[in-house]
Amino acid sequence: MNWGSFLTTQLPTLVVVIVGVPAVIVGYIVAGEFLVRRLPDAARPSVRPWLWVGPALFFVAAFLVVPAILTAKASLETSKGDFTGLTNYARQLGDFPSGGAWIAIRNNVYWLVLYTLFVLAFGLILAVLFDRVRYESLVKSLIFMPMAISSVALGVIWKFMYWYQPPGQIQTGTVNAILTGLLRTDPRIWIQDPKVNNFAIIGAAVWGITGFAMVILSAALKGIPADLLEAARVDGAGELTVFRRVIFPLMMPTVVVVGTTLVIFALKAFDVVYVMTGGNYDTDVLANRMYKLLYFSGNTGGAAAVAMILLAAVIPVLIFNLRQFRAVEARR
Amino acid sequence: MSIAVADRPGTAATAARFSPRWISDRLSKVVLHVAVIGLTAAWIVPTAGILVTSFRPFSKISTSGWWTALAPSFSFTVDNYSKVLGSSNLGQSFFNSFMISIPGTIIPIAIAAFAAYAFSWMKFWGRDWIFLGIVGVLAIPLQLSFVPVLSFFVAHGITSANLSWAPFLPVWLAHTGYGLPFSIYLLANFFRALPSDLFESAEIDGAGTLTVFFRIVLPLSVPALASLVIFQFLWIWNDLLVALIYVGGAPEVAPLTVTLANLTNSLGQGYHLLTAAAFFSMIIPLIVFLSLQRYFVRGILAGSVKG
Amino acid sequence: MASVTYDHVVKRYTADVTVVKDFNVEIQDKEFMVLVGPSGCGKSTALRMLAGLEGITEGEIRIGERKINDVAAKDRDIAMVFQSYALYPHMSVYDNMAFPLQMRHMPKAEIDTRVKNASRILGLDDFLQRKPRALSGGQRQRVALGRAIVRDPQVFLLDEPLSNLDAKLRGQTRIELQKLHRDLETTFIYVTHDQVEAMTMGDRIALMYDGVLQQVGTPSEIYDHPANLFVAGFIGSPSMNFVPVTTSNGTAKGSTFEVKLPKPIGEKKGTLGFRPEALTDRAVEGGSTLEMKVDVVERLGSDQYLYGQVGGDQVTARVDPRMKVASGDEVRLGLDIRSIHVFDAETDKALL
Repeated sequence: MNWGSFLTTQLPTLVVVIVGVPAVIVGYIVAGEFLVRRLPDAARPSVRPWLWVGPALFFVAAFLVVPAILTAKASLETSKGDFTGLTNYARQLGDFPSGGAWIAIRNNVYWLVLYTLFVLAFGLILAVLFDRVRYESLVKSLIFMPMAISSVALGVIWKFMYWYQPPGQIQTGTVNAILTGLLRTDPRIWIQDPKVNNFAIIGAAVWGITGFAMVILSAALKGIPADLLEAARVDGAGELTVFRRVIFPLMMPTVVVVGTTLVIFALKAFDVVYVMTGGNYDTDVLANRMYKLLYFSGNTGGAAAVAMILLAAVIPVLIFNLRQFRAVEARR
Repeated sequence: MSIAVADRPGTAATAARFSPRWISDRLSKVVLHVAVIGLTAAWIVPTAGILVTSFRPFSKISTSGWWTALAPSFSFTVDNYSKVLGSSNLGQSFFNSFMISIPGTIIPIAIAAFAAYAFSWMKFWGRDWIFLGIVGVLAIPLQLSFVPVLSFFVAHGITSANLSWAPFLPVWLAHTGYGLPFSIYLLANFFRALPSDLFESAEIDGAGTLTVFFRIVLPLSVPALASLVIFQFLWIWNDLLVALIYVGGAPEVAPLTVTLANLTNSLGQGYHLLTAAAFFSMIIPLIVFLSLQRYFVRGILAGSVKG
Repeated sequence: MASVTYDHVVKRYTADVTVVKDFNVEIQDKEFMVLVGPSGCGKSTALRMLAGLEGITEGEIRIGERKINDVAAKDRDIAMVFQSYALYPHMSVYDNMAFPLQMRHMPKAEIDTRVKNASRILGLDDFLQRKPRALSGGQRQRVALGRAIVRDPQVFLLDEPLSNLDAKLRGQTRIELQKLHRDLETTFIYVTHDQVEAMTMGDRIALMYDGVLQQVGTPSEIYDHPANLFVAGFIGSPSMNFVPVTTSNGTAKGSTFEVKLPKPIGEKKGTLGFRPEALTDRAVEGGSTLEMKVDVVERLGSDQYLYGQVGGDQVTARVDPRMKVASGDEVRLGLDIRSIHVFDAETDKALL
């Protein structure tokens, strides 16, 4: 990096951006309000809200809603824009079980089930255990720390954890060192061996996100009135029964919220796969497949079709989320 | 505490020393601490491993596990850092990450705050349905939007304007669009929980919409705003996909994540350098996280298990 | 300084939800008017329409001679104290009180004088730099008052300002508020559901029920001459006794007793009402006697209440604390017929 050019051109750019961007935004709303105040009294209440929500609606429409519709259209066209009906879908969904997008779909199902379950399970266990020790905040922030790490760095970290040397050589990867040193078994080729690599990648992702689940579940746990637990204990329930019959049912709504969030994360999984295997060795997932079709094959129609398949998988979650949301709203 | 409670196992306070109860209570406490400390230790092993490795000389990394470096004789070095910073464009990427993250954080949160204010304290046609729509959009995979948005940017030459920040414009706008639904959702939940009396009182006091927003709503929402800022900043700083799509891998614009991802592919044998690069990329998020984790944690909660 | 007039005011949310119905009151300049009624009776809505926080569906509200239906809240020259106090949590006590003046672009020196003055009146001098959360409930309440005082408004609106205070503090603050009203010489409109507050503080009381104004009058008018069954039952504690009777000429006949009426009423079914203090252990000249079976005796030191039955009806009596009674006793009590009421069984209106 050239420090001279950094100081003369780039740093000033950064300053201009840091000062200019907020100035533009605040300027917009102040100027907008100034204009709204010039309106007759009766018109103001009907104009003002659109001034405030307008930019947000524009961006959400421009970057999410309209593109989603255009992608739906593109999935029915060739890369040149000619209508081809369902050809793209046929190509992506043909040749079951190993052709088209099927490997990616299968892997997304692995992600959906294993990632969600393991994160919830670890999150719950950690939340409940940590609740009983005095150094809770310290251990919590250590578990939470991977949340601050990018998936790329996470990929690097776990590639290193899974590092493989042939049997007999010194294992420098932590996982294989434990396998050979402590468990006296053969090392595994975690990243390239299709029998285990999906689970290895999912494991790395679980490590990264568990802190998120733990923190939320822990808050829900603390929201359970202590009286209730003491009442159950006085009634003669053991600790396991208290957990099963009192704590868990009361935490269920939170578990559902965290669970649906994780399902969406699982469906959108990309970064970890991209960094650890690039989708090779049968570890592809839909998001990565779409990226590859778009950039390496220039197959926009195919990429759009894969994106639509992803959307189809998300829709049930979306409907569920909206219903939950409305139920919560109704209770307000 | 009642006698009935004192009778239960697990409440160690009252058992006589060295009685069978006392021993079993102690034992279950020990098991608990061992489990907690063991799990936490297991959780930090991957991070500790890369941290230790990044300071080890190349010759040692490939011949022995990182844990051996924790026993004497110690041999640590900063060679990996100086090499990778000298030979790759990590420094430039570091700057680029800031160029992307700062506007990418400010713009959506400011816009979301405007919208959330309107959604929570103004009445307008279709308000609840639009808000519901935004909650729904939360689940749309970003992948769905890449093709059309990118082709729009390319077709209109937005990236090629002759300004030093022009190449970043698409990624700022994209992060604005992608960050808005969550930001609006979180902030609207927070704003709505502010007592309505405050707004009515301000109205009688003669405060206008802008005054209420800047002098009452924003100052009262500092916890929510701070957590959202941290959230969005970390998410953009750590993002790979959006950056790959909208700024690509050219050295003069690529952020740290993209450069690091490129290094993973190109440094097949230079693993010692990669560990240093990875740790380098984690510095800012870790600083942000460690100094502001209280807000960060509270912020997640505001969005999910409120009330 | 100004009077406030509600002229045929209606508040309707939807076609069939009308929370304030044809509301007419004239509040004099410098008067302390209490709007009282059970929760949901429309009293707060009536106040909020005056404050400008709710629109007026029909009719008009005037402050002085000025119609304020379409005047923005900030331009009505009123100040309001909220039940929750609505203090801005992030501002100091000083800034909370200064805020409404800053909004009016008042010079800094003038703001300072006014805030200092209000804080002196309310004894808040030592707390000006504190945040609301570092204050006690009573102090917060005074800050809310202070924020209204600095404005020097034409009309003070107070929406249940005492209901978040504990009982003792409430009693003290009641007295302080009356002093404040006297010192400020401003119109006060005070909303409460507590009939004790209404009786003790109001120059006049407007009693509302179900969106309808039931009666307006001084506390003693309302206490001694309730216009209808609802008003009679709402004001007074323990509340008035109600016994079904049939009237004919000068008497009212209950299940087991007969009472002479001070004024003849035609043949009608009605409800006989008398306050506990009208039923005592003293025989009253020209009064009636009732046989009461005592269920519960409540001794308060200064008074003794007997809860029991006359015929089949539940009745409360206030007797001399020295009278020796136990539950289960049968006692003869005298009813002072000068303070009895009769209400029409159909319309609930007072006949007497």
